[in-house]
Amino acid sequence: MAILESIGLSFSVRGSTLVRDASLALEEGAMTIVVGPNGAGKSTLLKLLTGELAPSQGAVRMDGATLPQIPAWELACRRAVMVQNQRLAFPFSVYEVARLGLEGVGRAQSRARKGEIIAQALETAGVVGLAGRQYQTLSGGEQQRVQFARALCQLEAGRSVAQRQILFLDEPIASLDLCHQLSLLDAARSIAAQGAAVLVVLHDLNLAVTYADRLVVMHEGAIVAQGEPSAILDDNLLRGVFRVSLSFSRLPPAGQPFLLPQQHLTPVQPGGVVPLRAVSG
Amino acid sequence: MTLAVKQTPNASAAALAVLAEGRRRKGVLAVAALVGLCLLLMLLSLGAGAFAIAPGRVADILMAKLGFGPADLLDSREALVVLNIRMPRLLLGALVGAGLAISGALMQGLFRNPLADPGLVGVSAGAGLAAATTIVLGDRLFLSTFAMKLPFALLPFGAFFGGLVSTLALYLIATRQGRTSVATMLLAGVALGALAGSLTGLLAFISDDRQLRDLTFWSLGSLGGASWTKLSAVAPIVLPLLFAVPLLARGLNALMLGEAEAYHLGIPVQRIKALAILLVALAVGASVASAGVIGFVGIVVPHLIRLSIGPDHRLLLPLSAIGGAALLVGADIIARLVVVPAELPIGIVTAFIGAPFFLWLLLRRGRIAEL
Repeated sequence: MAILESIGLSFSVRGSTLVRDASLALEEGAMTIVVGPNGAGKSTLLKLLTGELAPSQGAVRMDGATLPQIPAWELACRRAVMVQNQRLAFPFSVYEVARLGLEGVGRAQSRARKGEIIAQALETAGVVGLAGRQYQTLSGGEQQRVQFARALCQLEAGRSVAQRQILFLDEPIASLDLCHQLSLLDAARSIAAQGAAVLVVLHDLNLAVTYADRLVVMHEGAIVAQGEPSAILDDNLLRGVFRVSLSFSRLPPAGQPFLLPQQHLTPVQPGGVVPLRAVSG
Repeated sequence: MTLAVKQTPNASAAALAVLAEGRRRKGVLAVAALVGLCLLLMLLSLGAGAFAIAPGRVADILMAKLGFGPADLLDSREALVVLNIRMPRLLLGALVGAGLAISGALMQGLFRNPLADPGLVGVSAGAGLAAATTIVLGDRLFLSTFAMKLPFALLPFGAFFGGLVSTLALYLIATRQGRTSVATMLLAGVALGALAGSLTGLLAFISDDRQLRDLTFWSLGSLGGASWTKLSAVAPIVLPLLFAVPLLARGLNALMLGEAEAYHLGIPVQRIKALAILLVALAVGASVASAGVIGFVGIVVPHLIRLSIGPDHRLLLPLSAIGGAALLVGADIIARLVVVPAELPIGIVTAFIGAPFFLWLLLRRGRIAEL
């Protein structure tokens, strides 16, 4: 059953439409990955789904209730968000940044329980060794992992209030090395395996194909394809959306799609029309 | 093959607990040290001045007042000075210092900017303009005999009103569709401050000699006019600020990540911002009204606290209050001692300490990200 549903979601600002008529459902236990070129509206869609932006049209429903009706605190128990912004105003330690995940939803937890939650999250994100360090002295990738730990803290603390949870990750592996890319995505997948819905915005198509239960392809604000990766991905779609020619093959034994970009085509200017048929699977 | 030795979750949890414990101990130590310093300065302050009284004697008088000593001690001239002149002045200084320092810490948290200060966003200037208006135009605007005789009685209300109006204006200008833009607020604050400053200048231009002198002394800040009556007007405004601090600490901590992130964390961002702004307006209005314009407390104190125990608002806010009280009480001692038997306006002393400190902060700007 879907934990979150969006119906005909559109968002326009100053005459330009950033997201148009986006309908999707985040299912319990499923990892949904959103891909698309720059400016396709992926982050805007994520902001609409998390309630940060109010849609111009359409609605986001969580277990039946539309988003603005859910109080901020309750919403925070139901979903955690890791956004792209990693800045922090003052010199908090890594431990304190992770603890910020508990400032809203962790009020009811005992100090010992909070300590457990933080330790577990730092462990999962692979930043225990950095706990005493000042956040601002970390590399971009390390900061990203600390932010992931913070989101994990929030999710764990919220679980005592809400069982059906969602984890939103906006380009969580943008500055990570290969090892940490996989370990973060593995952690996200195991969260999905525990019953949460996970939505990740990614750029790496191969990782997206590997990890996604459902793939959502966005182009110029619209969802042009969504479904099981191997069912919806084909040469035409990728050419049209990403403007690259790809060597598209399937890896044995399961026939998992594998993409090797070869040459970029002329990028389409914003507003330029690329004929695309909507795919669903 | 594992390259790094991996700690077991239990071991890492234990290590983290040690880390957290260490921070907590540091916090407790800082609280104890600051409270001690503050009390010491207070004791010294009651004895210091043109009419010097030994700290031991001050302690005796205080004990007597509390009922633990000979009651006839209370009739002495020293007791009169300590209890009726210096005590209200001390408490007013402590309250104003605490209010200004907390306001600074709140604004820095709100603006996510280590350099924010009530002076920076025009709150003090707005309060100052209203106060100047009362001094210069008071007897022209309010033609009643009451006001003509008592422009200084109107002054606190004027300053308070001015602080509130400028803060509200700032908030309204910077808020669109329920969201407050910090950048717009800073820019609007600078503009409003400049406007208030120019109008205050205009008032100084049209004022007569007596008014100009009043204006000058008041704009330099002074605790000289302290009395139990004045204190009873300021305390109900500043004390609630101290009690509201625990309500704001978590929210401000979350705000350090950004407004959207704080919202994601379940913090009622708009409510936190509105409450912080209201408290700052109240505290700054009350302190400007009772002690004139005293600069730099709001910027120096929170910085020192952050440098020593870190930026967690749960400790930063209460410690700023204690530190601000200590700083202003200390500055008042200096103000009373350097030109005995006269006294310096306290704003001169705090600016004399604060401005070089501020410059030092700017000079080590390479490391300002750590502040």
